[in-house]
Amino acid sequence: MTARAIFWNTMFYIAVAIVVVVAVFPFYYAVLTSFKTGTAIFRVTYLPDFGNLNWGNYQSVLSGRNFPRSVANSVFIATVTVIAALLLAVTASYALSRVRFRGRGLLLMTILAVSMFPQIAVLAGLFELINFLGLYNTPWALILSYTIFTLPFTVWVLTTFMRDLPVEIEEAAIVDGASPWVIITKVFMPLLWPALVTTGLLAFIGAWNEFLFALTFTITETQRTVPVAIALLSGASQQEIPWGPIMAASVIVTVPLIVLVLVFQRKIVAGLTAGGVKG
Amino acid sequence: MANIQLRNVTKSYGAAHVIKGVDLDIRRGEFMVFVGPSGCGKSTLLRLISGLETITSGDLLFDGQRVNNVLPSKRGIAMVFQSYALYPHMTVYDNMAFGMKLAGSSRAEQDARVRKAARMLQIEHLLDRLPKQLSGGQRQRVAIGRAITRDPRVFLFDEPLSNLDAALRVATRLEIAKLHHEMSDVTMIYVTHDQVEAMTLADRICVLRDGRVEQVGTPTELYERPGNIFVAGFIGSPKMNFLRGRFAAEHACHTLGVRSEHIDVVAEGEGPWTGRVVHTEDLGSDNYLFVDLGAEEPVIVRQPGKVAIHEGAVVTLRPKAGMLHRFDEDGLPVQRPLAAE
Amino acid sequence: MTTTATGAAAYAPDRGETGLQEQRARAAFWFLAPMLLMLFFVAAWPLLRSIWFSFTDTTLNNLYGGEWAGFQNYLTWRELPSGRIRWGGTLADPAWWNAVYNTVRFAVISVGLETLFGLLIALMLNAEFKGRGIVRAAILIPWAIPTIVSARMWGWMLNDQFGIINHMLLSVGLIDSPIAWTARADTAMIAVIVVDVWKTTPFMALLILAGLQMIPRDMYESARIDGIHPVRVFFRVTLPLLKPAIMVAVIFRLLDALRIFDLIYVLTPNSSATKTMSIVARENMIDFNRFAYGSAQSTLLFAIIFLFVTLYIWLGRVDLTGEGRR
Ligand SMILES: Nc1ncnc2c1ncn2[C@@H]1O[C@H](COP(=O)(O)OP(=O)(O)OP(=O)(O)O)[C@@H](O)[C@H]1O
Ligand SMILES: [Mg+2]
Repeated sequence: MTARAIFWNTMFYIAVAIVVVVAVFPFYYAVLTSFKTGTAIFRVTYLPDFGNLNWGNYQSVLSGRNFPRSVANSVFIATVTVIAALLLAVTASYALSRVRFRGRGLLLMTILAVSMFPQIAVLAGLFELINFLGLYNTPWALILSYTIFTLPFTVWVLTTFMRDLPVEIEEAAIVDGASPWVIITKVFMPLLWPALVTTGLLAFIGAWNEFLFALTFTITETQRTVPVAIALLSGASQQEIPWGPIMAASVIVTVPLIVLVLVFQRKIVAGLTAGGVKG
Repeated sequence: MANIQLRNVTKSYGAAHVIKGVDLDIRRGEFMVFVGPSGCGKSTLLRLISGLETITSGDLLFDGQRVNNVLPSKRGIAMVFQSYALYPHMTVYDNMAFGMKLAGSSRAEQDARVRKAARMLQIEHLLDRLPKQLSGGQRQRVAIGRAITRDPRVFLFDEPLSNLDAALRVATRLEIAKLHHEMSDVTMIYVTHDQVEAMTLADRICVLRDGRVEQVGTPTELYERPGNIFVAGFIGSPKMNFLRGRFAAEHACHTLGVRSEHIDVVAEGEGPWTGRVVHTEDLGSDNYLFVDLGAEEPVIVRQPGKVAIHEGAVVTLRPKAGMLHRFDEDGLPVQRPLAAE
Repeated sequence: MTTTATGAAAYAPDRGETGLQEQRARAAFWFLAPMLLMLFFVAAWPLLRSIWFSFTDTTLNNLYGGEWAGFQNYLTWRELPSGRIRWGGTLADPAWWNAVYNTVRFAVISVGLETLFGLLIALMLNAEFKGRGIVRAAILIPWAIPTIVSARMWGWMLNDQFGIINHMLLSVGLIDSPIAWTARADTAMIAVIVVDVWKTTPFMALLILAGLQMIPRDMYESARIDGIHPVRVFFRVTLPLLKPAIMVAVIFRLLDALRIFDLIYVLTPNSSATKTMSIVARENMIDFNRFAYGSAQSTLLFAIIFLFVTLYIWLGRVDLTGEGRR
């Protein structure tokens, strides 16, 4: 290697290191802080003190009445939202990807447009609808309103995945006497389950992280979802923000997500790019 | 087991007219092969018969009954695709039984039919495997097996062998020929690019061009009495030699056609044509001589066995008597006999 | 004919039956209907109602008592006895225009930076090097963290007294007294942009990487054999081929940025230097009990985004649906 090559190689690895550190450091620092209580929290440190891990923040967050409740709310809401969206989306995306009909392109465009919608634009109307249905301050208000972005998203991603399944397999099934419903359930679903998992996971993350509707359509602490709970976690006064518990709560809700994302890394990237660009 | 009749069938995709009025009778138990240049509509015609595409106008009759609007699964057809199209998540057994399962046959019947078809194709030992655990040839056998299990009246093949290597192609071709023998009352329609497949398998060949039928007939008929210049050029390999100008004028026609095996190399002065050998191809069993007679293209002469004629040699050629094809300006055969002969 | 006609493949003759295409078209209709109905109820209907509310004087406490008010929430004027004209409505509201300015500034700067960094990281990840998997995993972490959590984490790091950012900058000597990043009017937007860029650059990088990986490798190889300088290859080959992918990624991100709410709500609460259109619209609608007024603002945001998307797709000829590639 020439000196020049060594120089550029070193620069490259320095750049790589910077990217990794910048990406990971904030979360690392949150974990670090979550293990400090009292005045220790106000002393900046860069390395963990393993001999002296303090679980106090975790205890206080988890033993409080409201935070575990929020976690349960979030899990329930996100799960139901995703299941509902997938159920509606699978058949719809079959129609959109496999059947030729007039106006299909326009319909796809509309669905994409809905997922790109500024959510604030429907807030007033949804507020009225939710009040009308008597769902205000219940999980169902959020499940209903989250459909607005999970459903178009799942339809969209599943449509791009289904479009790539070979035509001849479907035609073989048609010759074998399979109706569209049978084609979906017996032939396509088994081939698509990786896509279903990915799409479901992405929709789950979307529902888990949503804030605007959750903030607007719930009022009591017991009905809050995790993002609202963390955003509104506050101390006795404005000056005393409880940073320790906040960081502990943040770590608790983030670790499962990070694990999921890392485990399904490849599939998630495929899903994201299917939802975004293809070609 | 079915007569298939097409009556002025057309197919358009929007403004693109792909099939432009096809009339065709396919007899019960017949092996019909569709050939034609790429894009001429062979697959489309097959898919119209299968019901996978809707006929734009005209009638399709199975045993005299109009089936234009009958679902593919209700037509009594089975189809073998070029890419096999096996269900990747099902075992070979389930692949073969899927259609019967959907039709609600009893388990015993399913089992009996699947095993019978598997025995016919010698794939019994593969029944528990998934398609991805099979070789290409095995996959295509399974696809054929799946079609047999459906117990069809009509078998449709769309270039079933073109994904296989040369040796497997021959083996599977023989398999299909055998199948046609054993299922002698099942009508088979077969799309191919391959001359040899067409000539060896077909009872009759249907030559298509640009959405129209050019000629239908037995392989021998097409070979010996092509209905027009297109069929003459399309059937046979190497391609028939076409000569125009003075060569054609000598025989009172616009284009003179002569197949490579119908030209003899003779001693100087004993034949009408003389030219220089510009290129030779040795295929082992045969030799092709490319002879420049001064026509638009060199004439190809097929010489059996080893030949001691090399590039640059000047040879005299004589077409075999009675083996000349004469065509008029429209590419149709000239009927009138040659006065000189 | 033999008895086998009883088999699975026996066929039914044509008795006015409908063909395959009709069967599929009918199935498609029933498959789409539930989804479309649902989308109508959660999206189309609320949108129409929101727009309707913006032309009334509805209040939060009395959703059905609103009466038609014309353009009052958008723009009104009254001639004062003194002869001066007094303007009213959102379009004459400086707070609204401040929000528009903040939103556009935020969207343009953050998406610009994200595209630049995203492109660099994508190029990095497209190279073969040891530990590429680790980098790819690492950059997914910011993406995986909920926005609210990242707002909180960064809020803590940017804390004026105890924040690690100030600590670092002080110890390096870049600043000589701690800065209240999220509270000061001149730094609040910087803080928001930093967090947003940190959080969404991974998304951008992954989309661009997907585009990069679709460029055939032999393209680079033939360029290298021809001895073309890598920088030239980048600008002449890579970038033009990448343009469609970047166009699509940018529009997705811009739409997201234009509606930003959660990050700003949590990171810089009540700072007029960062209030965006979504923030003021919700504030009016829910917190200030000016429901109709807030609806007018949300309707304007919708109109702006709608116009923008139409222009972008029309001018850029972006094929978002993928239909054109069929
Ligand atoms: N869905 C479609 N829409 C528009 N045109 C089509 C469609 N399907 C086929 N065609 C056109 O119809 C013509 C015939 O196609 P077809 O597939 O039948 O050709 P083919 O004879 O089978 O060719 P090959 O030998 O290459 O398989 C082609 O020109 C093709 O472009
Ligand atoms: Mg074809």
